[in-house]
Amino acid sequence: MAATPTTVTTSAGPARPAQGYWQRLRGGDEAAYLITFMAAASILAITGLLVLELYANSSTSRGKFGWSFLITSTWDPVNDQFGALPFIYGTVVTSFLALLMGIPLGVGAAIFLAELAPPKISDGLTFLIELLAAVPSVIYGLLGVFVLIPILREIEPYLKAAFGWTPFFSGPFYGVSLFSAGVVLAVMIIPFIISISREVIMSVPGDQREAALALGATRWETTWDIVVPYAKKGIMGSIFLALARSLGETMAVTMVVGNDPKIKASLLAPGYSIAAVIANEFTEATGQLYTSALIELGLVLFALTIVINGMARLMIIGADKYKA
Amino acid sequence: MTKRIVIQAALIAALATGVASAQQILINAAGATFPYPMYSKWFDEYHKKFPNLAFNYQSIGSGGGIKQVTEGTVDFGASDGPMNDMQLKEFHDKHGFGILHFPTVMGADVPVYNVAGVSTDLTFTGDALAGIFLGKITKWNDPELMKANPGVKLPAADIVVVHRSDGSGTTYIWTDYLSKVSKEWETKAGRGTSVNWPVGLGGKGNEGVSGQVQQTPNSIGYVELIYAVQNKMKTGKVKNLAGAVVEASLASVTAAAASSKEMPDDFRVSITNAPGKDAYPISSFTWLLIPEKIADPTKNKAIKDFVKWMLADGQTMTSNLAYAPLPKAVVAKETKAIAKIQ
Repeated sequence: MAATPTTVTTSAGPARPAQGYWQRLRGGDEAAYLITFMAAASILAITGLLVLELYANSSTSRGKFGWSFLITSTWDPVNDQFGALPFIYGTVVTSFLALLMGIPLGVGAAIFLAELAPPKISDGLTFLIELLAAVPSVIYGLLGVFVLIPILREIEPYLKAAFGWTPFFSGPFYGVSLFSAGVVLAVMIIPFIISISREVIMSVPGDQREAALALGATRWETTWDIVVPYAKKGIMGSIFLALARSLGETMAVTMVVGNDPKIKASLLAPGYSIAAVIANEFTEATGQLYTSALIELGLVLFALTIVINGMARLMIIGADKYKA
Repeated sequence: MTKRIVIQAALIAALATGVASAQQILINAAGATFPYPMYSKWFDEYHKKFPNLAFNYQSIGSGGGIKQVTEGTVDFGASDGPMNDMQLKEFHDKHGFGILHFPTVMGADVPVYNVAGVSTDLTFTGDALAGIFLGKITKWNDPELMKANPGVKLPAADIVVVHRSDGSGTTYIWTDYLSKVSKEWETKAGRGTSVNWPVGLGGKGNEGVSGQVQQTPNSIGYVELIYAVQNKMKTGKVKNLAGAVVEASLASVTAAAASSKEMPDDFRVSITNAPGKDAYPISSFTWLLIPEKIADPTKNKAIKDFVKWMLADGQTMTSNLAYAPLPKAVVAKETKAIAKIQ
């Protein structure tokens, strides 16, 4: 992307060499280039510093546990034994559940609002959805505790009757669970998916629709086969943003997930997430190793986000190639 | 023109002397959240008395308080658990002098529960609480619980354990007590602001635990006494070391401190499972952590004077905020210890 301004400078080349640097600077191109370059570079610098800090401050824990930190599941601050696996598991499972519920609902709603709904309804609903995206996460947490969990308690017997034969819906249900956290996260990320996907779908050029309709496609065929594939990249972008939010969500998750660092197959069992344990234990973490282990968890969350995002991107690239 | 300059200069001079004569002293402190309401009341009252002296207390948690006072970023710290030997050594290595503990008020943990069909106050023994939190007592009609609560119809339901998910002094007091009454707890989980819980769900803060208990049938958890009092919650009684069944109250908490074994000179003492007949067994002090040497003479005097005032007038304000006041013997001993600050 940084290439664009450079080409502008070189394309205007022949006239330029005669001008001094200051003149070019005053002309605006150079200044714009510098300013936007600094803005882009600062993002890299912030990310780099973040990783560096996390890496440096987790040295005690990395030195003591090495890679086994990632695959052991004891979290015992009293005896200074720390393993991240239950937190990684909880983070991945809750985010996966959130996407599983959030993507169909979010993308479906975006398609309806952008393509099929009358403009008046679409605008009104979109306004409400954007309001939802601005609600603080502690409110979603409270809604989870006081509204969602009582509802889940009611439907839990039916869930068990239907899926009880799988290990995923077995065991006792206390209300707080990985499943509850997944549902709360889904509610939180849906506004992001809808709001961005709708914008992207609406920005698909009208020619595309007209061409498809002219060839005899129905309205739904036009939407599903032409408009949505055209907007695919933007929709994927909205899903990545949603994923990032759900991986890093702290407050709402800790209120409904049960905060128990154990790995159980059942989604009805309590769990824990990386962000939640950092928020819960950092202030009272006494001892260098304990603090260091919590900081290493931050590093793990960072790496996890990169790995999951990378995998998802590779999957899309792979699917594109397969189709071609 | 010159006249104007003269006036301006005079104004500036007047302002400067005005600032100098007021000489605002700001004392920074950080630490425990549990005594925060009490401390902010004290600091406020003290500021009213001496308007040129202000305290800035950040309730960032006991662990944070110990860290900050060791780093030297605050004038004194505060903690719900005493500093351990390793932390004391770290402080001494860094500064070349020690740090003093001053107990300020007392608090206690109480068991809270939600058992279907039980409306009377339940009694818990130390063994029962340890068994429940170890996951060995799993039903409400366990013989250990039935024995302690004759005549109460306890259901054959599974017990759901709720504990704090955030690191907390409340958890320190609770696990310190369990460690004293159960060897198995001491080896398996131990005492700390966060421990490796054998069973249970985690709730964030006192409100998280009490909310979880109220929502989950047949559950049990623990909260700070003050929190339970303010929210008028139903709490369990606990059988103490002397065999008496005691309800947590300001009096029974102070009794625990009074009956506790001889107070050591550094005040680092745990008063859980205290021997007195009226002692509530899950009680604890909370401490100010004051460096032995305070170089700045005005701050030195201000902090000493404040501790003196806190031990005298300050103690009369505790009951209004539902904190238990210190026993007289401890106050006397602490007043003497103030001289150790140099």
